Amino acid sequence: MSRVAVIEIGCANTASVLFALERLGAEAVLSSDANEIAAAERVVLPGVGAAGFAMSRIRELGLYDTIRALKQPLLGVCLGQQLLFDSSEEGDVDCLGLIPGKVVKMDAPKPLVVPHMGWNQLEAVAEDPLTQGLNAGDYAYFVHSFVCPVTEHTLVQSTYGQPFAAMVRKDNVWGCQFHPERSSAAGAKILENFLRV
Amino acid sequence: MLARRIIPCLDVKDGKVVKGVQFVGHEVLGDAVDMALRYRDEGADELVLYDITASAEGRTVDYNWVRDIARALDIPFCVAGGIRSGEQAVKCLNSGADKVSINSPALERPDLINELAEMAGSQCVVVGVDSRELDGDYYVHQYSGDPDKIRAAGRRTLDWVVEARDRGAGEIVLNCMNQDGVRKGYDIRQLKLVRDLIDIPLVASGGAGAVEHFTKVFEQADVSGALAASVFHKKIIHIPDLKRDLQTAGIAVRL
Repeated sequence: MSRVAVIEIGCANTASVLFALERLGAEAVLSSDANEIAAAERVVLPGVGAAGFAMSRIRELGLYDTIRALKQPLLGVCLGQQLLFDSSEEGDVDCLGLIPGKVVKMDAPKPLVVPHMGWNQLEAVAEDPLTQGLNAGDYAYFVHSFVCPVTEHTLVQSTYGQPFAAMVRKDNVWGCQFHPERSSAAGAKILENFLRV
Repeated sequence: MLARRIIPCLDVKDGKVVKGVQFVGHEVLGDAVDMALRYRDEGADELVLYDITASAEGRTVDYNWVRDIARALDIPFCVAGGIRSGEQAVKCLNSGADKVSINSPALERPDLINELAEMAGSQCVVVGVDSRELDGDYYVHQYSGDPDKIRAAGRRTLDWVVEARDRGAGEIVLNCMNQDGVRKGYDIRQLKLVRDLIDIPLVASGGAGAVEHFTKVFEQADVSGALAASVFHKKIIHIPDLKRDLQTAGIAVRL
């Protein structure tokens, strides 16, 4: 089946993305090698931690141009989705610029707690190859403190204090703010769809 | 709406889930992967896997079973037990754990919290706090897994949770020791005091014995999650029934 490169930039939690793809029968490899990533049929950009650290790792590894030049399906997960945008308020850093907009700090006044951690519902699910089989009201597992803006590129919206983009798409580039690899059936559905696009 | 989390805690020894605290006479309840998947199927929102041999024997978690669980499981899980360095925590996370929980080692060396938060991000760092009421105030205890070693840590709980948050903890699990194992309900008063002090997620632990204890802790202490062990293992509470009852009571849960 499909060969997927999971970009390894030195952030934790890449193993769980790899395992989720393997559960679906995909041949997935962790890689920070530009040639290997460019040659993969599909690419996943996972990530937890801080945007500034992740972007400096992407540049150090010489992957900035590689990722931007990908024509095959690319899926950013969690921080990986945020890195797809123009810039992030977290560390005031320029990101990959594949999706227009700026990632901002979550506005979650008391009694809400930050990070937004746990299972939240997907709302306003737009039609897309990646959202096939997903329904508004399905739960997904989120862990984040910064949010991507709701724009024309938003596929799925969620709300925590404010509405934000839970899934995005522009051309060959998709993003999930939640962790599909930890979102049980709904997450597996999205990854399965990604392996088919 | 963000759902309140129901979190079973499994004591793991050599890849098996065991009943009771450490030392002799463990009863093996089942294989850790099988039990993790069973709780997943029943609707657990997250699991805590506590490596009881790691802390008792002064070694760190065995990452092979962490990897086995990460391979099989599609809900988040946190690993606790024996994590004493940033390097160990990162290894654990790289094996597929979503979070690591530190308790006594954080009291021995509070900088550990800062180190983990810097290396892996606050969202991966859970600080577990064992707290006991004494003369109307609450005090942190350490080495609570071992009756011979347990002692007061010389810190007020309400000071320690704020310090842990300031140092970069992304979540606090407050284990109320007076309630632990008694199954008479969570310590609402103490949880509420802590909840009012910190703006990061708080998970209640210690005292769950009946469905209404969960309802009460979510309604009155506004915690993000509720952790329990024996009531789930002994099948006193069945998670699907619990979640339906919580939903009926108007509490947001993932069904």
